[in-house]
Amino acid sequence: MSLKPLAQLIEAALFAANRPVTLEELQTLDGEATAADVRAALEELREHYDFDGHAVELVELAGGYQVLTRRAFAEAIERAQLAVRTPRLTAAALETLAVIAYRQPVGRAEIEEIRGVSAGGVLRTLQERGLIEVVGRSEGMGRPLLYGTTPLFLELLGLGDLGELPRAEEFSVALQPARPLAADADEAAASVPAES
Amino acid sequence: MPAAPWPSPPTAALGAEPGFVVRLEQFSGPLDLLLHLLREEQIDIADIPVARIADQFLEAIHELGLNQAADYLEMAGRLLRLKAQLLLPRRDGEEGWEDPRSELVRRLLEYQQIKEMARWLERAADRRALQYARGYLPAPPELPPPPPVLDLLELLRTVERVIAEIPQPVLHRVVPRPLDTEGALRRLEALLAERERFSWVEALGPRPTIVEVLSTLLAALELARRGFCRLAQPAPFEPLFITREAPRPDAAPAASEEPTTHVPQAPGPAH
Repeated sequence: MSLKPLAQLIEAALFAANRPVTLEELQTLDGEATAADVRAALEELREHYDFDGHAVELVELAGGYQVLTRRAFAEAIERAQLAVRTPRLTAAALETLAVIAYRQPVGRAEIEEIRGVSAGGVLRTLQERGLIEVVGRSEGMGRPLLYGTTPLFLELLGLGDLGELPRAEEFSVALQPARPLAADADEAAASVPAES
Repeated sequence: MPAAPWPSPPTAALGAEPGFVVRLEQFSGPLDLLLHLLREEQIDIADIPVARIADQFLEAIHELGLNQAADYLEMAGRLLRLKAQLLLPRRDGEEGWEDPRSELVRRLLEYQQIKEMARWLERAADRRALQYARGYLPAPPELPPPPPVLDLLELLRTVERVIAEIPQPVLHRVVPRPLDTEGALRRLEALLAERERFSWVEALGPRPTIVEVLSTLLAALELARRGFCRLAQPAPFEPLFITREAPRPDAAPAASEEPTTHVPQAPGPAH
């Protein structure tokens, strides 16, 4: 079954753009088309790819739409050296990204506190790769920079938006509920003569 | 090299373990190493035997050559302090006693959750990496710009063009002061024709500029050199007196010369 004209137009645009294209951008393809029309055409295209035995699929990515090859072909494509897989992130980079993704906007001090290591180098690398960006400054002392994730971060992870991240509570390790502060904390401290 | 304040271990580890950076990458930080130790010992995070773990942590960072890394040393210090705190006696059944380990436990749990999130991100990235966009290029922002391809001739032409476009530097032009020695000469000669002796101040105008003063002095010196007059200054800083003198016979030919040809505009070379 052949595609209707608007779906064809969108297919051409997605092929040419080679990046996630937003709904608004797709709507400018045809002055007559409403958002609903574009959405319907995207659905038509998706079904076309899914049911007519195509090797590509329509993916929602970083707030837009992109046409990507299906996972089943990755190995063959790489074996033939037709494409190179994106380099994997280091454990330090992934942990830092996790802190930023879940706590953004977040400053360097908090990231270092959570990870127990200095974060300057990793932050610079992530910024250079365009996965994080400075989103503001804290009101705290020295007005430290605050970091947040970028659309490229979503693209790298194959996410449509940040809402697709699992909620923090879904991870098996829940934070221990804060214990009530000891009333005699002073006494406890006093009983340690060597303390600082 | 100054003697190390400590016995050999740190320096030895630095020298003997050149690969410590590589090993450091096994763990992404002291909390990671600590979690690793707890897992190996199958210890409940909520009830850490601090004394044992602190010793193992120290042993591990020595073995791994991590004892250079400040982050690990800081954790080691924290653990030792905890160990000391727990060794102190406390009254049994004391109410409100806060386990000194609770802060560490909180941090470990928090970090463990971050690690799980990181694992989730990693799996998501791995899944995404299996799909290619059209004409996929790996990580474009990481690539440095390719070196420009040019041939020598083009390069030289460009250099010439650039040089040609350099604006001429604006140089300060030094203009000789318009010394009017000729005019001063004529004034002095006129005065000498009338009077036998006069102060040179009279040869100057009513409000002489520095240029006029200089011109007059030079003219006076020139006339004295040619033998038309004598210059005398009774005492330092007193006015100069110019006295007429009959031209010497041997100086006569010089005097007949056109004086202007002898006197340059600017202070001339010494004759």
